[in-house]
Amino acid sequence: MIKIAWLLPLLPLLGFVVISFVTKRLKLLSALVAIGTMAASLIISLGIAYEVLRDGVTMESPVEYAVNWLSVPGLTIEAGILIDPLAAVMLIVVCTVALLVDIYSLGYMEGDPGYSRYFSYLSLFGASMLGLVVANNYFQMFFFWELVGLSSYLLIGYYFGRHSAVQANKKAFIANRVADFGFLLGFFYLFLMFGTFNFGELAQAMPAHANSAMLTIAAILVFIGPVGKSAQFPLHVWLPDAMEGPTPVSALIHAATMVAAGVYLVSRQFVLFANAEIALLVVAYVGGFTALFAATIAIVNSDIKRILAFSTLSQLGYMMMALGVGSVTAGMFHLTTHAFFKALLFLGAGSAIHAVHSNSIWKMGGLYKKMPITTWTFVIGTLALAGIFPFAGFWSKDEILLVTRDAGFTGLYILATFVAFLTAFYMFRLIFIAFFGESRSEHEPHESPLSMTVPLLILAVFSIGAGFIGAPFLEKAFWALVYYGKPHHPVPDLLVMAVSTGIALSGILLAWLIYHKKYISAEKIKERFLVVYTILENKYYIDEIYQWFFDKVVLVISSAFNWSDRNLVDGAAHGISDSIRAGGAKLRYIQTGSMQNYALVIFAATILLVIWMAIPVLGGI
Amino acid sequence: MVDLSPVVFWTISAIVIGSAIAVISSKNIVHSALFLVLTFVSVAGIYATLTVDYLAAVQILVYAGAIAIMLVFGVMLTKRGDIRESNLFNQYKYIGLLIAAGFLIMTVYMLSLTEFPVVAGPIGSSVELVAISMFGDYVIPFEGAAILLLVAMVGAVMIARGGNKKQ
Amino acid sequence: MTSIGLQHYLILAAILFSIGFYGSVAKKNGVAVLMGIELMLNAVNINLIAFNRFLNPDVSVGMIFAIFVIVVAAAEVAVGLAIIIKIYRERLTTSVNDIDWLKW
Repeated sequence: MIKIAWLLPLLPLLGFVVISFVTKRLKLLSALVAIGTMAASLIISLGIAYEVLRDGVTMESPVEYAVNWLSVPGLTIEAGILIDPLAAVMLIVVCTVALLVDIYSLGYMEGDPGYSRYFSYLSLFGASMLGLVVANNYFQMFFFWELVGLSSYLLIGYYFGRHSAVQANKKAFIANRVADFGFLLGFFYLFLMFGTFNFGELAQAMPAHANSAMLTIAAILVFIGPVGKSAQFPLHVWLPDAMEGPTPVSALIHAATMVAAGVYLVSRQFVLFANAEIALLVVAYVGGFTALFAATIAIVNSDIKRILAFSTLSQLGYMMMALGVGSVTAGMFHLTTHAFFKALLFLGAGSAIHAVHSNSIWKMGGLYKKMPITTWTFVIGTLALAGIFPFAGFWSKDEILLVTRDAGFTGLYILATFVAFLTAFYMFRLIFIAFFGESRSEHEPHESPLSMTVPLLILAVFSIGAGFIGAPFLEKAFWALVYYGKPHHPVPDLLVMAVSTGIALSGILLAWLIYHKKYISAEKIKERFLVVYTILENKYYIDEIYQWFFDKVVLVISSAFNWSDRNLVDGAAHGISDSIRAGGAKLRYIQTGSMQNYALVIFAATILLVIWMAIPVLGGI
Repeated sequence: MVDLSPVVFWTISAIVIGSAIAVISSKNIVHSALFLVLTFVSVAGIYATLTVDYLAAVQILVYAGAIAIMLVFGVMLTKRGDIRESNLFNQYKYIGLLIAAGFLIMTVYMLSLTEFPVVAGPIGSSVELVAISMFGDYVIPFEGAAILLLVAMVGAVMIARGGNKKQ
Repeated sequence: MTSIGLQHYLILAAILFSIGFYGSVAKKNGVAVLMGIELMLNAVNINLIAFNRFLNPDVSVGMIFAIFVIVVAAAEVAVGLAIIIKIYRERLTTSVNDIDWLKW
């Protein structure tokens, strides 16, 4: 199966082409093509994972094969496949989530006029992400990285008739462009230093330059890419707005195909960061800050998808922080578990929105009576996100907390624990308002069709069970496969577990008291901390600051360039072309049209030419 | 060096140059055509002094026989107005003379500066030599020339006949 | 009188060529222009044969080339005359001065 890994991105790409050009009019067939190709990819991924385990492929001895894509002197770009446990895990996550989202969309997008277009974009999205995962060099990775950006742009702007959707996809695209540029500079810089794009060759060359300034700069530049794609502060602004896309797309972006790419990129070439301590610190603190920053915003938001979006930001911050403290294992473990329960939460939210036709949690309420499957799977996802034993998030979050503490980052450990509290609080606020209490919906909610609930149930199973692949009491688990340097068996620390569980439970309790039992009035807290509330409500005014910056600074500078471009550069160019045109208009009258005239001129010129050539030979006539 | 009486060469050369000048200076195009025939024949004489008798024969057959006749036909088909004023100079009469003279002076001067590695050649018929080459090494260009002639003939007929159905 | 050498033939050809050139640029009648061109081609042929005879008498390349020149000349006269006749039919003129459609 590893030998046919190149089929992984190709199959969904084929699906994209087939849907776009052949089955566009046949909606159901389009959906089936998308589902079929993604299912085939999932089967290949499972086969690859099986072979990785059977053949003992480790992080040090990956399977790699490549062909030359472009070869000129001094520059060789390969198109290759690199399979190691990291890639294998990622492939399964991507394929599983993408397949479930595809199936879910069958019901969710029912009756949408752009049904086929939607599925073609989904296929493209999956293809780009799979291509990114199996890439064996930076250039190929960047290629698919850009494709991921493109397909997210297409999907966020899927409802292109809506102004806000168009604005959102532009925002996503521009924020990602900024990040991609950093990434591009970073790996070009690496190429300048080492003369190769290949991950393996770079990994061998890097330790010789450990902690040099050049490597640090390169690492930070490369990290700008994940900052954008994984929506870390300060390029996080696009992710909440990306909710303008259809909800299954949000699930895809948040769980499998988009934001995971950034974390994956850092993990893929972790040796780069491991050899640049300062860059590693940047990763850790950016991640930690984002985790806290996003969690605080989520507390006051009232849009169900936005709350989930900010929780994604926060969890991605966790992953980055885990990577930053040096643990690829913890980061990737959380990525895996998070993919399942975040996909579950988004699909559940989509199901709820489908029922009440509104995104606002204040317009839901009491859904548990009408939509039991949606509600209870959503609760499972929430418990997993909040990190309650024995759900998936518990294991991975604990591992992050543990490695953070063990690595000596006490400040980050405390911060992360506090974020765990906030996470539990805002997620249960969402649960109590939207799914319990009395109904405030203007529509009569009803349970979603089977194609939507089945993926929910499958994902719920994963959300409960996925944590056990990395449970610390197992002899040989996730940590023995995906690691950097040496596999590190986490020693279960009961104190850390107890603290995080206790703090999560207290968050749940607080949410229960305020929003369910109403012992504490939310209104009064709001009035008491009105300033804080307003700041949080407006997401720390980051968007406004950017708006101001672009309006007052960038636009002024660019209008200056605009002026000089139009008047100086264009002026010079037009001046030259105008004068040549005017000269030509005059000169054309020397053309008489008489061939005898031409013959005369030719011979006269021949004589002059011979004389001119003869003078130096004959020493002057 | 070809064994040849210089008197023959000078005489024929004088005829060539004189008749060529007459071709250009004659005001009557029919006279020009006649002098052109004389020029061609005398050039054939020049070939004979070079002992290339085969080419001399071809020269008389093709040039004097065919091309000159064709030119006379051209004159007849386009005859208009007074035939005695049918071959006048245009506005380049003097500047053309100047450039032609300049070209001649330049060429002659260059020739006078050049040393040619002359070797003694065989005396006698060149027909055999030409025949072997033409149907040996140069058979494909020879066939190509045949096709060229055919195409030129068809093209000339097509052009001169005119595609206009009104006529 | 000196013996006749290569130079003599070449100078003769140069004179003939110049006369032909003068005729082809300074005459009004299109047929006369063609005559001038024929003179020039004859001059070229004299050159080719003289070089062949004096410099490399063992091979016949010059003569073969001269034959091809004659062939091309025949073709050229045929097509050129056809064009002149065609123009004459359209415009009732054989004066090259009136044929100036090449400009602008």
